[in-house]
Amino acid sequence: MANTVKEPIAPPVSGPIGQVIVWVDARFPLMSLWKGHLAEYYAPKNFNFWYYFGSLAMLVLVMQIVTGIFLTMNYKPDAKYAFASVEYIMRDVHWGWLIRYMHSTGASMFFLVVYLHMMRGLMYGSDRKPRELIWIFGCLIYLTLMAEAFFGYLLPWGQMSYWGAQVIINLFAAVPFIGEDLAVWIRGDYNIGDATLNRFFAFHVIALPLVLLGLVAAHIMALHEVGSNNPDGVDIKKHIDPKTGTPKDGIPFHPYYTVKDVVGVVVFLALFSAIVFFAPEMGGYFLEKPNFVQADPLQTPAHIAPVWYFTPFYAMLRAVPSFFGSAFWGVAVMGAATLILFALPWLDRGKVRSIRYRGPIYKWFLGAFVVSFIILGYLGVVPTTVWGQIPNALPIIGGVDTATVVSRILTAVYFAFFLLMPWYTKIDKELPEPERVTY
Amino acid sequence: MKTTMFRAALATLTATLAIAAAPVFAAGKVNVHLDDPHINLKDQASLQRGARNFVANCLNCHNAQFMRWGHLTQIGLTEDQIKASLMPNPDGKMSDYMTTTLDAKDAKAWFGGVPPDLTLVSRSRGSDWLYTFLRSFYVDPNSPTGWNNEVFPNVGMPHVLHDLQGSQVKAVVGEKEAHGKKEALTKLVVERQGTMSQIEYDNYVRDLVNYMTFMGEPARVKRTQLGVIVLLFLTFAFFAALIVKREYWKDVK
Repeated sequence: MANTVKEPIAPPVSGPIGQVIVWVDARFPLMSLWKGHLAEYYAPKNFNFWYYFGSLAMLVLVMQIVTGIFLTMNYKPDAKYAFASVEYIMRDVHWGWLIRYMHSTGASMFFLVVYLHMMRGLMYGSDRKPRELIWIFGCLIYLTLMAEAFFGYLLPWGQMSYWGAQVIINLFAAVPFIGEDLAVWIRGDYNIGDATLNRFFAFHVIALPLVLLGLVAAHIMALHEVGSNNPDGVDIKKHIDPKTGTPKDGIPFHPYYTVKDVVGVVVFLALFSAIVFFAPEMGGYFLEKPNFVQADPLQTPAHIAPVWYFTPFYAMLRAVPSFFGSAFWGVAVMGAATLILFALPWLDRGKVRSIRYRGPIYKWFLGAFVVSFIILGYLGVVPTTVWGQIPNALPIIGGVDTATVVSRILTAVYFAFFLLMPWYTKIDKELPEPERVTY
Repeated sequence: MKTTMFRAALATLTATLAIAAAPVFAAGKVNVHLDDPHINLKDQASLQRGARNFVANCLNCHNAQFMRWGHLTQIGLTEDQIKASLMPNPDGKMSDYMTTTLDAKDAKAWFGGVPPDLTLVSRSRGSDWLYTFLRSFYVDPNSPTGWNNEVFPNVGMPHVLHDLQGSQVKAVVGEKEAHGKKEALTKLVVERQGTMSQIEYDNYVRDLVNYMTFMGEPARVKRTQLGVIVLLFLTFAFFAALIVKREYWKDVK
């Protein structure tokens, strides 16, 4: 770049602001960034409802960072003072309650938005060639987000913070041979304590946000390199307008999608505000009731449930029985359930990308996958005894909790969606794709 | 196509919400119907009576260690009133926390444990639970304190308000079928009336729970008031954004 001569630009606006832009652009790729990512980034014109969640995820990320900065100003990462400092924020800091609720609600809404964003990918084949790297960066963002949420959940130092962390760290202790040492290494102590809280704070406020921002930048750069997919899954670059040299079905992201996304942002903020102002605990789903009690290592809560966004995986963990006296299999299944997402672009052998032109088998499998994920999420929240036991008279599964048996079946469905994909996407009767997008 | 997608999204969302509506933490061991105290955080007279009841009874043993005396100005009390009629220590400051004079060591020796902090108990247990709990003590000769509770079996706390309520006993009033077995159907009945009638006592506890709900989250009234304004603004912003979007998108064919 440095070797090529850059053409000076004409002032985009008149007056001193235009002069400033010219001055900056001579020293920084201002206009080329603006054009490349917004004003001359051509996105398909047929985006629908599902295409709001990318920009919404970005919005929530910014909100989490900003509210997080203000929380950090008054929060004390010290096992003795952490719980009290959160109450100090809620009571004595000006607007502290609002900032705290925005952050706690933001965590849940981040996952909601990301889950819907991933669902969009599954529906329209947004992971398929040439967008495999976008998908992989996205999966890494999801994993980082899970770690970020896990570390953050310890910080209020409530009962669920403490015992939830206990459960998760014990998963690592189940790793054969090195497990116990690994758990001590993570905690920095033989029990969850001040050392654990301090390092979780460090990870939550600096390490993982940095990783997250880097990954988000990579996600968007990869997207803007190959261009956005769309609900029809057809390539808009196949039909270029000879006059303008731009895709016939593409429109500049700015202003068209910026003004459209603002509508989505306002609707999202209305939902977000409804929760923040009228139901910040969300019935115990966003802020769990036992977390209003300070962490007490001597008193285990009657029922430990992770926050809702982890519960599908938690249900899988509980569903897997221990073999050869090791509980590691459940941990392995849980890990595999998140890692298998990475393989998606290569498991899919379908010729079309979009669900609109897929055959019935893919639709059924995707439907079963979504239903099993939601029910697993529910089962991960409640105790395994919620649906009673299978009658003892039945062979093998007699006497086992019904919910456990259902979780096992649904875990199998979850994995079948991925593992059988090379087969069912190949034999599925797909419809012909249109030549251009439908609008 | 657009509408089918939207409908699919809507159906997924509805299904998710329907599942989410099922009670999460219903999984307690005790299955007692909880009465609704009809909390009203704008009823300042009730909140002030509740604060008085709280200081007179609860604060003798329990802390509210995250609650400052000064925050009681939010329920319509002046600093002088708080000092004169509520604070046990007249030299205390408004920024002091509401703490008990009971020593933690003594509490351990006398009750077998330190009474839990009550600042947030309305959030961890819920107002309905508190309201029912404080009205469900009954005489139990087998318990160390002589008292037991329907909502919190074998609770360490004695019935502090028994002068007011009197004493209840668990009486067998019939039988019920449960899991194929016949179980005695019991009900709490007042054996000895206290200084208050049942209605007076219920109101006394209601004021107390109303106050404790305020104490759990002093910002709550402000939160809901602000929420209405924010949602009205966003409704307006939605139509404004929609008009702008439609104007720009006119030329997308």
